[in-house]
Amino acid sequence: MTEPLLVVSHLHMHIGTPRGAVRAVDDVSLAIEAGQALGVVGESGSGKSMLARAIMGLLPPRAARSGSIQFKGQDLMTLPVKEQRDLWGKQIGMVFQDPGRSLNPVVRVERQLTEGMRRHLGVGRSEARTRAVRLLDEVGVPDPEARLGNYPHQMSGGMRQRVMLAIALACEPDLLIADEPTTALDVTIQRQILDLLRRVQTSRGMAMMLISHDLSVVAGRTDRVAVMYAGQLAETGATREVFAAPRHRYTHALLDATPTLHQERHARLRVIEGSLPDPTAPPPGCRFSQRCTAPVEGCAEGPIPMESVGADHRVACLNPAGAPDLVVAGGSSDGR
Amino acid sequence: MAGSGAAHLRGDEALLSVEDLVVEYRTSAGVVQAVSKVSFDVLPGETLGIVGESGCGKSTTGRAVLRLDTVTSGSIRFRGRAIEGLDEREMRALRREMQMIFQDPVGSLNPRRPVRELVVEGLDIAGASRKDQEAAAGRVLEAVGLADDRFRDLLPRRLSGGQAQRVAIARALAVEPQLLICDEPVSALDVSVQAQILNLVEDLKRDLGLTVVFIAHDLSVVRTVSDRVLVMYLGKLCEFGEPEAVYASPAHPYTRALLDSVPQPDAVDGFTGPALEGDLPSPLSPPTGCRFRTRCPRADEQCAAEEPQVAEIRPGQFAACHHPLPVPEVLAAAGGAAVPVPARSSA
Repeated sequence: MTEPLLVVSHLHMHIGTPRGAVRAVDDVSLAIEAGQALGVVGESGSGKSMLARAIMGLLPPRAARSGSIQFKGQDLMTLPVKEQRDLWGKQIGMVFQDPGRSLNPVVRVERQLTEGMRRHLGVGRSEARTRAVRLLDEVGVPDPEARLGNYPHQMSGGMRQRVMLAIALACEPDLLIADEPTTALDVTIQRQILDLLRRVQTSRGMAMMLISHDLSVVAGRTDRVAVMYAGQLAETGATREVFAAPRHRYTHALLDATPTLHQERHARLRVIEGSLPDPTAPPPGCRFSQRCTAPVEGCAEGPIPMESVGADHRVACLNPAGAPDLVVAGGSSDGR
Repeated sequence: MAGSGAAHLRGDEALLSVEDLVVEYRTSAGVVQAVSKVSFDVLPGETLGIVGESGCGKSTTGRAVLRLDTVTSGSIRFRGRAIEGLDEREMRALRREMQMIFQDPVGSLNPRRPVRELVVEGLDIAGASRKDQEAAAGRVLEAVGLADDRFRDLLPRRLSGGQAQRVAIARALAVEPQLLICDEPVSALDVSVQAQILNLVEDLKRDLGLTVVFIAHDLSVVRTVSDRVLVMYLGKLCEFGEPEAVYASPAHPYTRALLDSVPQPDAVDGFTGPALEGDLPSPLSPPTGCRFRTRCPRADEQCAAEEPQVAEIRPGQFAACHHPLPVPEVLAAAGGAAVPVPARSSA
């Protein structure tokens, strides 16, 4: 496919607050090819969830967006509401963090699962039911026939997230946006859901945007990754390369601050000093510059362009962390 | 896990010693068996990490030690003194020696009181003078890195998550405890803030000679802080030992499965071993025998019929399992379990 499935260009989303406009998403550009999985990672306040909401058009109160969001050549921001509705759920599916709250508590699984199919695909009641059983089976829900009659509260968190995924997949979307889909789940259940997401994504040839605060959640399951900080992209590239040789000072510091399973007993963790800049009045240059251990002249003034540092690796940093061998010498790529 | 037994206890020198702890809750649906015959001890100056998924009873265990939840049966000894039978007044005095911090730092602080009052609440209740309280507030706030005067008059809602957790730690320290129980202290925090709090706990432990019980679901975090690790599943003990041995060559299949479920950036598909099937059984009617058997790849009839007892599988490494895992071959060849490399599954 020549044209990427989703192209986001110069997307801004600002939210009005009593203290001024919060620049939640500030000039973000990225693309997802058909069938590709893109991970978006960042800590709280990075704007990763707001980026997803801006793409989905689920704006918080008093928010406005600008830029362009091209999906299959159509601009989602200028598309009439009626046509947008045809797109959502049908060609773009969504899964959120809290399956307990995004499912309707007083409606049985069957209706929540078949509603979209009947509306978007125009299938009849019995056909929709057959498909629903097949979907639940695909996402690993045991005894799917019986589960159709359940209410959400009768299922465990992992089961509810499987049902959410089945609902998102019901109309065979080309793009799945999963915002922190496993954050509320235990590790062994998280593992099951992550395996399932990747399996479904590759077997259906569907594109996926996987948003997480946890770098390792994204690492093994995406083709490309975008690291966000304070509303902007810090680094994008092939997932393996970004994790093996992070170039942005923020990505580097974040990986160093994350304890691993091979951590030495009582070893001190590297900390990132300071805190996020004020989201209503971010500094003009690099937003990480005040916490950065290696700032150079120009970092504070900006603007900082996204520069290519590899075949598929771009970074917004004037003094990127060393080449891969230097990273090893610094002792930070151990075990990751 | 499944099992009971006290083979892993280390005797009289322990600061805290818990034997056959049982905590049950009565609900309209039946009796929830939150903790069932769990034993462990903590030596002075040691950090014990308790790790497991939700519903494993790790938080209940921590709360039971402070008697914040009613202990159904079992014995809890602190400095050699049995505390399960103490009355509420004696317990209140004892809690000055055993302090606890919680997961939600903002929620655990009174929203209407400024930081300088919050941190000395315990001293105030104990009847300390104004002057002593003020000195203590300055001392503990400095210890947790909030020496700046601007923090003293802030209300909890003005604090960031990391700052609020520091205040909670300062409050615990104000009464000069010997034992600090941390219940998921960093799970609500971002990675960069989490690193600050973990380093702080390490510093305080070293400088003040604290003994720590660190309860968390994150295996990497527990590995970083712990001298001994206790793995729990559905109210039972699975495995106990030094973190290097437990992580490199787990003896209990559940420990192995937990480790294999942690996403790894360097593994091909992101994980080092097979996934665990199924969901957690209900604590209202846990499986007979070993409680892990319904999800265990090694389970057989014996596991259903007979509850495994805690036994020493390898020197210093204890597990409650009828079919413990051997040391992975790569490690056995390298001469033991202490090699700090992850093992690929040998099961």
